[in-house]
Amino acid sequence: MRLVTGLFRFWFDFVVGDAWEIAAGIVVVIAIGALLAASEALGEEQLTLLVGAGFVLVVGASLYFEARRRARAA
Amino acid sequence: MGVTPAAIALIGTTFVAAAVEVVEAFTIVLAMGLTRSWRAAIVGTLAAFAALAVITALVGVALKDVVSESVLQLVIGTLLLIFGLQWLRKAILRSSGLKALHDEEETFREEQAAARASLERDGRETRMGLDWFAFVVSFKGVFLEGLEVVFIVITFGLAAANSTTARVENGMAVAAVGAALAAVIVMLAGALAHKPLSAVPENTMKYAVGLLLSTFGTYWTGEGLGYFSPSHESFHWYGGGGDAPWPLVGVFLAWLVLSRLAVAGLRRLPSAQKALAARQAREATATAGAAGAEGATA
Repeated sequence: MRLVTGLFRFWFDFVVGDAWEIAAGIVVVIAIGALLAASEALGEEQLTLLVGAGFVLVVGASLYFEARRRARAA
Repeated sequence: MGVTPAAIALIGTTFVAAAVEVVEAFTIVLAMGLTRSWRAAIVGTLAAFAALAVITALVGVALKDVVSESVLQLVIGTLLLIFGLQWLRKAILRSSGLKALHDEEETFREEQAAARASLERDGRETRMGLDWFAFVVSFKGVFLEGLEVVFIVITFGLAAANSTTARVENGMAVAAVGAALAAVIVMLAGALAHKPLSAVPENTMKYAVGLLLSTFGTYWTGEGLGYFSPSHESFHWYGGGGDAPWPLVGVFLAWLVLSRLAVAGLRRLPSAQKALAARQAREATATAGAAGAEGATA
């Protein structure tokens, strides 16, 4: 059991790292992109741009939260 | 295997990405070797290299043979994004002053202190004729730092092997050459210097690699989403018809400009300005100290 939990923790730390919101944000953006692709609601060129903008938003949000956390700690 | 511009670019990318990680791993191994046991540190390093080679072969073959092009792009893109966006985020925070710069000297001191404290507290535990603490810490350090390199080698190597615009024959082997070169050169430089390689511009290199990983991650994830469309064919970006490279260049420029804007914006925050002023004062003190030492030697 300890081996399993240890392995889980190792891979979680490795993939998620110290910014869980980045990993979570990537999954959410890809899931939305997959739904839009399946429904053919947007053309492929619009969809790729939208997904790219989504990743930018994920990093922007993560930086915003980090800056706010550090401002509060200071 | 012909040496094409695409192959050189592939080797260059994996070389820089691997060099950053090997510098960090080397610091840990050096601390264990100098403080506890060179034999255990070297055996731990070799064991980690063997484990990484096995993982590269297994995962690489599985991805290469099992999945379709669009799934491959999606898997590769997602992996690159997970690492790339985290590296980019860290680099932006470090450039803006909100996060301390990575300091190999400090890591080295911390690792040595931990090794000494363990020796005083628990004594020297020996297993299979090895100083177990030095073996485990060296193995973990090299394995953890190396795992990111493995994913970069696999993803870039497979992508280059499957690319229609910049195809590289035996992409994974070529990508591995870049990483292996970095390992050999950094280890040799470290062995000659016999101290942590703090002069390597790690923070700048991490920013560059973060930009590249984010660019390719965004590009391939966008294309790979075509798997979910009724045709299951890869999508194309604006201007990407006929496999033109311009969309990739556009994505790179977008990440470059946006990351610089983020740094400029964050630097205006009072907490960042305070941290940057403190960093500049520390650097000025260090430069003055080094100049003083040089003057005394002369």
